[in-house]
Amino acid sequence: MSQENSQRLWMFKTMVVSREFELAIKAAYLEGKQPVFNMAKGPIPGEMHLSNGQEPCAVGVCAHLRPTDAVTSTHRPHHVAIAKGVDIGRMAAEIFGRQEGLSGGRGGHMHLFDAAVNFCCSGIIAQGMGPAVGAAMAARLAGRDDVAVSFIGEGAANQGAFHEALNLAAVWKAPVVFVIEDNAWGISVAKRASTAVSDNSARAASYGIPGVHIPGNDPDLIWEEAGKAIDRARKGGGPTLVEIETVRLEGHFMGDAEGYRPAEEMAGLAQRDAILIYRARLEKEGVAQDVLDDLEHQARQEVTAAIAFARAGKAPTAAQALEKVFA
Amino acid sequence: MTAKKRKITIAKAMAEAIAHEMRADPGVLVMGEDIAALGGVFGNTRGLLDEFGSERVRDTPISETAFIGAAVGMAAAGMKPVVELMFVDFFGVCMDAIYNLAAKQSYFSGGNVTCPMVLMTSVGGGYGDAGQHSQTLFATFGHLPGLKVVIPSNAYDAKGMMIAAIRDPNPVVFMFHKALQGMGWLGTVQSSVVDVPDEAFEIELGKAAVVRAGRDITIAGLGHTVHLAMDAARELAKAGVEAEVIDLRSVAPIDRATILASVSRTRAFLSVDDDYMSYGVGAELVATVAEAVALKARPQRISYPDIPVPFAPEMEHAVLPSADKIIAAVQSILGEK
Repeated sequence: MSQENSQRLWMFKTMVVSREFELAIKAAYLEGKQPVFNMAKGPIPGEMHLSNGQEPCAVGVCAHLRPTDAVTSTHRPHHVAIAKGVDIGRMAAEIFGRQEGLSGGRGGHMHLFDAAVNFCCSGIIAQGMGPAVGAAMAARLAGRDDVAVSFIGEGAANQGAFHEALNLAAVWKAPVVFVIEDNAWGISVAKRASTAVSDNSARAASYGIPGVHIPGNDPDLIWEEAGKAIDRARKGGGPTLVEIETVRLEGHFMGDAEGYRPAEEMAGLAQRDAILIYRARLEKEGVAQDVLDDLEHQARQEVTAAIAFARAGKAPTAAQALEKVFA
Repeated sequence: MTAKKRKITIAKAMAEAIAHEMRADPGVLVMGEDIAALGGVFGNTRGLLDEFGSERVRDTPISETAFIGAAVGMAAAGMKPVVELMFVDFFGVCMDAIYNLAAKQSYFSGGNVTCPMVLMTSVGGGYGDAGQHSQTLFATFGHLPGLKVVIPSNAYDAKGMMIAAIRDPNPVVFMFHKALQGMGWLGTVQSSVVDVPDEAFEIELGKAAVVRAGRDITIAGLGHTVHLAMDAARELAKAGVEAEVIDLRSVAPIDRATILASVSRTRAFLSVDDDYMSYGVGAELVATVAEAVALKARPQRISYPDIPVPFAPEMEHAVLPSADKIIAAVQSILGEK
């Protein structure tokens, strides 16, 4: 499989959009929460799970998807949403709880739904896996070659829903790809302390489907392997389980002091920033610095516009809380 | 010797209670997600790993069906597992182990197999955590025969109720409200931080407490809404209305006797809770009162409307119970008599 340069530049830019988005959200989230951190305060209350570091998983997979392909994501959804093409202005407005948000401020950052690009996410672990099987089957039964991708964390591989969904997808040969973003931590619990196998991709064998382990948090490698799995699904070859080793650069949520994380791991995080590594690789392979600088500039402008759109949004009314409970 | 007085949070009181019971009974074990090194996301197992070690204080995989099922098995074998599932909203994945297994173990065995386990879980919103992290679900659990369901409104009750829950031969769902828990990052209603004795003591499960005496109306709440009711009662007193405030403390069993004793005197009733209204705590209380007492005015209930918890503060705060809503309801009830 040859990878077009434009595809790689899209991946680079999209990772930068995601990172800039998270940094802007992080700054806004901390407004009103300093010096005393109170989750209820500021323009963005509640929990905030940032995806910094995990961008390669999102872009390497979503580069192969169309708007009609379905994606389900997790409590840490922003990078995947951005890579899937969710409108970042309306997404930001949702995170700020504005009327202009994707759900009018009802859902917040863990509950982003964008039907235009078939994206949704949930705050419950492994909950998106069943719906992904369903979306995949709906496409097949309608005679379309669309696929579904369910993103989960490595902790979700110990949920019952994980095993049931894998089996169901395998039995039905559903055009679905399960993508595990393995950041090695389930909040404070290390993967090795919670998971009986070192690589969850090995669990695919239990259900007679291919399992792929992707080391290195490398966008190109993810792009290549995810491409094979998605292509197989699209052509009727059934589901694949993909596990990607990635990095959680932030705490589980904003405010997490991460006392449980070894000091040497914390100290080494900056060197594992996939965006910096990827930029260096592109430069080394001959992409002009100006081109990359320009993409970064565009990314920042898009994020600035999205955040400005969100901040200019209208506050929901109390009466709107009572709407949309039923269709 | 008099015990030294000290104010502690509900989180600390829960951890102290568990530690007391772990020292006294080697069959007490704690497990759940992030409860060991982290000490629980809500602080209620802090210090236990250091004192009791990883055999008795176990971080679990995110496998609730398995570890809550395992807790039922441990309980049947004579242990006393104290299990945490971080948010009450998360119980969907493992409800079978709770309502078809733990809750029915005694009944199915003709009382020969008990299920002495405690399920700790956080409830409540108000801080912008949206619809999968802010529910209370009192009635969902209270509706299921075989489960005891309790919620303290302050640290003293938390300690006494946790010790009673661990010693209880039945499965006890021990809810704690995030607005009261004492975690700095959540903000804490200060009236939940109270004097708590160092030593072990029990508060009988299933007993409500009259936390303020009054002649004009009975207001019943639980968890966070007890504090709202107290705030409202203080305001009402300035206008000469004396509200009696009852802290339910237990959803199941529900202490009808304490409620009825109060309402028999006041003959006016308001319930306040932050669970969904329909088929809820308020419905149960109002029915209890209406069946037994000839009231001087129609009773009312303040609850959460029948909607998922919205994220945006402008919506969430508008639909939560408040002292102002309680005052308005009391004035409406008493104006009608």
